[in-house]
Amino acid sequence: MATTRHIRDVVFVDGVRTPFGKAGDKGMYHGTRADDLVVKTIRELLRRNPTLPAERVDEVSIAATTQTGDQGLTIGRSAALLAGLPKTVPGFAVDRMCAGAMTAVTTTASGIGVGAYDVVIAGGVEHMGNHPMGQGTDPNPRFMAERLVDPTALTMGSTAENLHDRFPAITKERADRYAVASQAKLAAAYENGQIQPDLVPIATHRPGEGFGLATADEPPRPGTTLEDLAGLRTPFRPHGRITAGNAAGLNDGATACLLASAETADELGLTPRMRLVSFAFAGVEPEVMGIGPVPATEKALAKAGLSIEDIGLFEINEAFAVQVLSFLDHFGIADDDPRVNRYGGAIAVGHPLASSGVRLMTQLARQFAEDPSVRFGMTTMCIGLGMGGTVIWENPLHPDYRKGE
Amino acid sequence: MTASAFDQYAALTAAVPHEIVTHSLVKDIVVPGAGGTAGARIALVTLDNGFDHSKPTTLGPSTLVELGRTLETLRDRAAAGEIDAVAVTGKPYFLVAGADLTTVKQLKDPAHGAMMARLGHEAYDLLADLGVPTFAFINGVALGGGLEIALACTYRTVSAGANGIGLPEAFIGLVPGWGGVYRLPRLIGPEAALKVMIGNPLSNNRTIAGPEAFGLGVADALFEPADFLEQSLAWAGEVLAGNTAVERPHAVDPATDPAVAQRWDAAAKAARALVAAKSGDAAPAPSKVLDVFEAGKLATQKESAELEVGALTELMQSPQFRDTVYAFLDLVQRRAKRPAGAPDAKLARPVTKVGVVGAGLMASQLALLFARQLKVPVVMTDVDDARVGKGVGYVHAEVDKLLAKGRLSPDAATRTKALVTGSVSKEAFADADFVIEAVFEELAVKKQVFAEVEAVVSPECILATNTSSLSVTAMAEDLQHPERVVGFHFFNPVAVMPLIEIVRAPKTEDAVLATAFALARSLKKTAVLVKDAAAFVVNRVLLRLMGEVTAAFDEGTPAEVADASLKPMGLPMSPFTLAAMVGLPVAQHVSESLHAAFGERFHVSANQQALIDAGIKGLWAPTEDGGHEIPASTLARLHFGSSPSTSEQVLVQCHDALAQEIGLLLEEGVVAGPEDVDLCMILGAGWPMHLGGITPYLDRVGASERVNGRKFHAEG
Repeated sequence: MATTRHIRDVVFVDGVRTPFGKAGDKGMYHGTRADDLVVKTIRELLRRNPTLPAERVDEVSIAATTQTGDQGLTIGRSAALLAGLPKTVPGFAVDRMCAGAMTAVTTTASGIGVGAYDVVIAGGVEHMGNHPMGQGTDPNPRFMAERLVDPTALTMGSTAENLHDRFPAITKERADRYAVASQAKLAAAYENGQIQPDLVPIATHRPGEGFGLATADEPPRPGTTLEDLAGLRTPFRPHGRITAGNAAGLNDGATACLLASAETADELGLTPRMRLVSFAFAGVEPEVMGIGPVPATEKALAKAGLSIEDIGLFEINEAFAVQVLSFLDHFGIADDDPRVNRYGGAIAVGHPLASSGVRLMTQLARQFAEDPSVRFGMTTMCIGLGMGGTVIWENPLHPDYRKGE
Repeated sequence: MTASAFDQYAALTAAVPHEIVTHSLVKDIVVPGAGGTAGARIALVTLDNGFDHSKPTTLGPSTLVELGRTLETLRDRAAAGEIDAVAVTGKPYFLVAGADLTTVKQLKDPAHGAMMARLGHEAYDLLADLGVPTFAFINGVALGGGLEIALACTYRTVSAGANGIGLPEAFIGLVPGWGGVYRLPRLIGPEAALKVMIGNPLSNNRTIAGPEAFGLGVADALFEPADFLEQSLAWAGEVLAGNTAVERPHAVDPATDPAVAQRWDAAAKAARALVAAKSGDAAPAPSKVLDVFEAGKLATQKESAELEVGALTELMQSPQFRDTVYAFLDLVQRRAKRPAGAPDAKLARPVTKVGVVGAGLMASQLALLFARQLKVPVVMTDVDDARVGKGVGYVHAEVDKLLAKGRLSPDAATRTKALVTGSVSKEAFADADFVIEAVFEELAVKKQVFAEVEAVVSPECILATNTSSLSVTAMAEDLQHPERVVGFHFFNPVAVMPLIEIVRAPKTEDAVLATAFALARSLKKTAVLVKDAAAFVVNRVLLRLMGEVTAAFDEGTPAEVADASLKPMGLPMSPFTLAAMVGLPVAQHVSESLHAAFGERFHVSANQQALIDAGIKGLWAPTEDGGHEIPASTLARLHFGSSPSTSEQVLVQCHDALAQEIGLLLEEGVVAGPEDVDLCMILGAGWPMHLGGITPYLDRVGASERVNGRKFHAEG
């Protein structure tokens, strides 16, 4: 080899998503295929970035937790074909449960970093109406026989109750208050037009009804009050703390983003909106999977040579309010810190499992553009079976961009 | 319910109680505007009958009333300022496949027909004048009344994946009388409109796809199918916001532009010439389309609507329309898919290798068809290497032609060529499951061939014959396994003609027959089960007809008179032209077989034999001025009787002969019913659908009752 290998900078160019729907036969995507949701996000990315020749896409990586039916058939490749990308463009499927899309991004970003790709599309989908959580899984009996995990580890709501046990300072009232704020912040972001620009309208076709058009998220409940939440059932434990109000729901949706090497972005006239600084995944006890973002963030910060104070914006997935609060408590951040989830979070907007990671990134990119004074931001999320993932990004609009590299 | 313009159609909807209704499902949509704001409010109507793509959406009285009432509500909502536009689309793959022909055919009361014609206008006029702009999103099949919905709208988009767009009324026996004949030429120009309304329907009922529709100007925008509806709605939003200008370079107005009026007349003249050449005046619809087109040139839309309603009402009662619907829907679309008398398909055995005995032209065509459609090895045999080489060479050359035309990919061409091999030894058939012979039409030869093949193949291997006139029973007689023999009669040219007559001999077993039917389906052919009787159906009926005309000629009727006598039937070609195309020796051979089998009913012409003996290929020879004549050298060899007939006499003679022959054929149980005779004549001889094949026509002209004492079909 004559050339000296060097690591290339990876930039986030653009991200879009479908409006998120409520899973189930009452939801707006009942009757709509998961792969079609993906196809429409891919096409929208290409439409929004007309200087990118489609044949320059080197990989299409799409995550789904359940990879059967309309989420099967190696969905990265099948969606690429259905989207009309040239047949020369390859694709694959990814699974890391809730961090599927995040892993699609980090995996392909790594490929860009070592020079295997110039441009990729990464994203995720989960149609939880078509694929209810856990359907078709077959946990090895050894998990229980050998007590490898606590019996509650595979029920996400129970792991969240476990987290309340571990951190008694996080009360149900604190969790509900956080959830109310999430709803309010999302409503304000909609009001300010901060959500809509990255939504791809989706034709819906519920059985027995005519075609419709999904243009906004279905799960949000703007105007939710503490009183509204106080009386909700606690399905995972009698007199527990986890309710439908302080957790993300069961949802349908898809996301996709465009990543490129910094040089290729420059060559093709694609404007970088974020630069990838570092990322890390970490494992924790499966029965308290919600604490995963803490070790993942510590690893990612260490790799970047940054401390938590350097992070000006946080996009943390809200699987459960308690999981966010445990993260904030660990790092000494206030429950209502304005750096955290400015547009609200999954408690309000929904969490179609494998798709959510790219939603966090797309929103962080928009917040970077709104606020050039912020140099570093973070996307982080907890992951089933006891994991966390964190990606740290830099804002190209900041005056010190890439200084010290 | 408030009073509706559609209340007056109650008698019509009551007359059709079992319509499969296509519903008008409405959803309000707010198209995203700039900067996250709410844009235009569009009421989207989805036309959906609740079934999947296997049951196309159609338009019947209740469907149109529901659409009309829905549009009335939307008109009121538009007036109240609740919506900015209305859009119409269809369930996946269909906008609407057109009028429900089965229903329309049942409207025997002309008053109901008139109401049906008026009902379409009543509903579509709302789309043209709703108080807000209207859009049609042509997502798939849009035929006849379906396309006319789109034409009534203010704007149209079309999917690049849409197939089956057209106005096929002239083919069906109607006119595009729900505004199509008025609106389409004004939108895309008279020439293109007549291509859609006349040229395509008369070319095997051709339709166009989305990109062509956009190119002609039928639609204002073309979007890919992957997100067609989303992009159409976004486009509509841009049009409504005034951000997108819609240009229609092909749109014309004959009332204000004399040059357009001239083009209008010229286009109509050209189309009339086409109609004359294609179908003559045997079917009234194409000419009626042109009558309304011409009369509507300077008319208002309302005036044209009156003409359209009149034409529709008249044509709906025409026998040609009813017979076309019978031929098209009941036979070609339905009966052809479920052959009468075919055994249980589960009995069929797999065919993994095919043998073709013979390497002549017919055999080579068969080999090509089997290799292309079945994709299994096909081996041809003949008596020497030269013949085998010629046959295989023919197949390879045909594959290369398909490759050059882009009809086959290079890989498929390589595969197909490799599948077809030749041999001088019948040993090559040892592992074949199906061997078909296409050797000389001589019983002794065919029996010899079958005996040789049977010595080589497995006891289950099917032996099929492509004979057109010999006895399949006799062919099987001396074999060890006569139950394996079946007739499998193709029509020339094999690649084009869609019919196979499957001949059951007395000993043919069900599994063999079932395999033959499965094979026909795999070859994408329609199979009709026939009994082993001389010449089966198509050739027997054709030869009886040609014999009548030839007999009239031999008896002294002038050739022009005799040959033109069948013109009112609108057959694809005149008898003498057909005889020349088939080849006089072949025609003569089959006539002789039929004469031997059935006696004097089948005329064997001494004059035709004289032509054959002299090596003359046909009666007619082209003249310098583009016509045709019988050359003096030909005439010198012919002898005529002294009892000429008029063309009318010949026609009646032919009607009666056809009625008699088909009556006898049915009495003998050659096929299950007159429907099979009709299907055979449509698919095997290209006889027109407006005759219903043939038997509805024979009922209509009185021949059936005259000759057989009763009609073939009960009054339905």
